Amino acid sequence: MPTPTESHSPAPAEAGTPVIEFTDVEKRFGDNVVLKDLNFSVARGERVTLIGPSGSGKTTILRLVMTLEELTGGYIHIDGEPLTHEQRGGKRVPVSKKQQKKLRTRIGMVFQQFNLFPNMTVLENIIEAPVHVLGQSKQEAVQKAKSLLEQVGLPDKADAHPTSLSGGQQQRVAIARALAMDPEILLLDEVTSALDPEVVGDVLNILREVADTTNVTMLIVTHEMGFARDVSHKVMMFDGGRVVEEGHPETIFTAPEHERTQKFLGAVLGH
Amino acid sequence: MMSHILAVEVDDPTMVDEEEIEGSPFWDWEFAFEAFPQMFMAFLEVTILVTVVGTLIAAVLGLVIAILIMVLPKPLAWIVRWAANFIRMTPIVVQLIFMFWAFLWLDALTIGIIVFGVHYATYMSEVYRAGIESVPKGQWEATTALSMPAARTWRKVVIPQALRSTIPSLGNYAISMFKDTPFLLVIGVAEMVTVAGQIGAPTFRYTEVYTIAGLLFLAASYPTAVLVNRLEKRLAYAH
Repeated sequence: MPTPTESHSPAPAEAGTPVIEFTDVEKRFGDNVVLKDLNFSVARGERVTLIGPSGSGKTTILRLVMTLEELTGGYIHIDGEPLTHEQRGGKRVPVSKKQQKKLRTRIGMVFQQFNLFPNMTVLENIIEAPVHVLGQSKQEAVQKAKSLLEQVGLPDKADAHPTSLSGGQQQRVAIARALAMDPEILLLDEVTSALDPEVVGDVLNILREVADTTNVTMLIVTHEMGFARDVSHKVMMFDGGRVVEEGHPETIFTAPEHERTQKFLGAVLGH
Repeated sequence: MMSHILAVEVDDPTMVDEEEIEGSPFWDWEFAFEAFPQMFMAFLEVTILVTVVGTLIAAVLGLVIAILIMVLPKPLAWIVRWAANFIRMTPIVVQLIFMFWAFLWLDALTIGIIVFGVHYATYMSEVYRAGIESVPKGQWEATTALSMPAARTWRKVVIPQALRSTIPSLGNYAISMFKDTPFLLVIGVAEMVTVAGQIGAPTFRYTEVYTIAGLLFLAASYPTAVLVNRLEKRLAYAH
């Protein structure tokens, strides 16, 4: 287990099986090719931020990992196991639902629009999956949920309904809900894009703390470049479904090699 | 002014009948009180029974149909959808008569309840379908992200949220079914309106019995509508 001080250290050694591995990934929506020949891997505990203009396929990558989109070509491996398809006898065949479910429980996701269940209280939102998917006792799940609510700064909102909360509060609950599953991989899909500017900082601070205190692997899509720079070990610049450039955040943000990256960062950081 | 009206009345040829009408008043309270208990019993034993049980069948079966159409493999879903369309688009009177003769060994009241339940289930399934489709995509995605099993997703997330927007329509269909119960006449079930006719027939006095029938319908429909309205408000989330 890393200690908090280690979290800003360089990326974990790329030894051992990658936690996420994309091999020749292709994603089409009809005739529209969103991702093509995409190869990359993420090591255990590594935090990778995907940047790039909208429509460059960043969010699609997260959605593919969460199995929210169907993979139209190539392979994704989680902990070395195929997530959607595997090669068997020289053919690409889908994996069993059971296999997919097993891998999926190791992955958590926080959405731009929070997606809390409005018909449940905050506490019910958080304990639903730990109790009914992981099989934790209700007592255990409630205890953990309460400590997570404390961690995200909402200790007194357990019995509130999501609709009575502000956007920032809802997103913090959504983070607690994802963390309650103890995911190995946490996918953050533009988690601050729908928030009022003044609460963005609170939410990012909570995520910084999660990065500092856990070993969870993170795949992040964000427009908050300061946050990306602080928490990530690696930044990948996307354009037109391909990786234009990747590297250490310092390098990418201060001395990007590619003209496309320079232009993008110029536009994003310019104001 | 006054004299003008009087002049018109005197000249009106229909006024000739006035004396006859006096002998049999437009409204006979005594007759109304006599007819009421029998009609009220028919109302409880048939009209209310068919509506309540029929609504329960329709509400449950409608949901089952809506979910089946969404989760079954395409060819099977297609069969369910067209069976439902067929039932919805043929008259309930025809269905009552058909079922009555097809299942002679079943009593007419049971047939009536089943036909009303199934017929309205096909309407309610459309309401449920719209309700299910109104659940935002993000809700489904959240259940996937939490690895929730399909059954639990439906039961705990989708159906509760779908119901919220369907309650008013479901209530309206229940009221509509209630008002359709006189069609039971075609299979010989003596519901309230039929009984009203039977009571009125010997003396040709229909005003009282059909007025009572109308008022009883109103007395049940109105509170139901109010109840549905309240339920709707209660199910709405605080904003």
